Amino acid sequence: MKRFGIMLIIIILCFLLQSTFFQALALADVVPNLLLIITVAVGYMRGRKEGLVIGLICGLLSDFVYSDVIGVCALIYMVIGYLNGIFNMLFFRDVLTIPILLIGVSDLVYNFMYYVMEFLLRSRLNLFFYFRRIMIPELVYTVLVSVLLYKLLHNLNAFLERRENKEV
Amino acid sequence: MKRRTRISIEPKYILASCTALCLVIILVSFKYSDGLGPIKTSVGTVLSPMQKGINSIGRYISDRVDDLKNIQSLQSENKKLKEELSTISYENKILQQDKYELENLRNLYQLDQKYASYPKVAARVISKETNNWYNTFLIDKGTEDGLAVDMNVLAGNGLVGIITEAGKNYSRVRSIIDDSSNVSGMFLKTSDTCIVTGSLKLIDSGLIQVSHISKDADVKDGYEIVTSNISDKYLQGILIGYISDITVDANNMTKSGYLTPAVNFNRLDTVLIITELKENTEELKEMMK
Repeated sequence: MKRFGIMLIIIILCFLLQSTFFQALALADVVPNLLLIITVAVGYMRGRKEGLVIGLICGLLSDFVYSDVIGVCALIYMVIGYLNGIFNMLFFRDVLTIPILLIGVSDLVYNFMYYVMEFLLRSRLNLFFYFRRIMIPELVYTVLVSVLLYKLLHNLNAFLERRENKEV
Repeated sequence: MKRRTRISIEPKYILASCTALCLVIILVSFKYSDGLGPIKTSVGTVLSPMQKGINSIGRYISDRVDDLKNIQSLQSENKKLKEELSTISYENKILQQDKYELENLRNLYQLDQKYASYPKVAARVISKETNNWYNTFLIDKGTEDGLAVDMNVLAGNGLVGIITEAGKNYSRVRSIIDDSSNVSGMFLKTSDTCIVTGSLKLIDSGLIQVSHISKDADVKDGYEIVTSNISDKYLQGILIGYISDITVDANNMTKSGYLTPAVNFNRLDTVLIITELKENTEELKEMMK
């Protein structure tokens, strides 16, 4: 329960930063997707169930504040959280390559699914333009930020696990 | 030591049920977007003061940094501006005379009703959309300050967008460069109508797509486009921008071109909201029934 509360605070904090602070630091007009990093990190570190729940919360939050149709982001984030949960069996402490790779691939998958659900359905067919204009820059920026953010989340997770073990 | 044994459900069943839930929410919110308003705005109402706080900190810091940088340039600019002011105040006097004359003429033609100045409220932009696909942003005023959905948003003297969601202390604005935005426009000189459509493809070049101009329309590059009289949400006569690159479409019936907006969307800090909705909206709806 304590873990859930802490995660909720982190999600809201990242959402606020993503919508204000990082908008000022936007490179090539894109903003890193912090919520996605959280979803992937939790899925990878904690397994399918928690990845799914955290993804759902992240998606609903951005849907509620910024979108007309609720549920699109929630669905995408949730599926991504679940899929990354499968890679929980590969989880090793202090290994950075696998999670960074997962975050990169997930960002691409997220943007592609978002494109299909929001743009392709409105007959915006030029996939390669959007690929170059949004997906690739966001991928690069997100991966760069994720090196730092994943490290933080990883240490937080280790700290919480130690606390939980002590309690038991 | 766990106090109770939890019933563990396979994650894939949770996934399946949550997916179904999401699909239901998507359908419901798509069908009944009005009914879900209160739930949606409640989240924004909680979050927007926080966004405002972060922004004010950021603005304070950047202001201090700018202060240091700018003192010298400001002094020289001040000198230049003072000279400019004297010439402008002279011009202003002439304009005031013209205005007086114009008012008299308008009274004669009884046109003043149409172009009466609208009541406006100023607001600050507090945050932008978190994903990179759309161009909507939040402002720090809401229904408490008399704002409502479908009110027009301006900056400087050009159109910025329209309010699509109004919470208690915040509103969401969809800008005209947004990929899902469509504005009914009109050439100021010739009154030919057209459709101004935002497009993600053109955002980097700072342009907006203009289409459905009648082929017979006698329009040239550089003409002003304003919001049209047939739009049911945008008040008439607000400047949108200037057209360029007019070409005849492949169907040989309409023309299209590109529009340079009158507002710089990269540096949007404060906006003005017209607190008056297009008057005949209700009447139109009645007529539609």
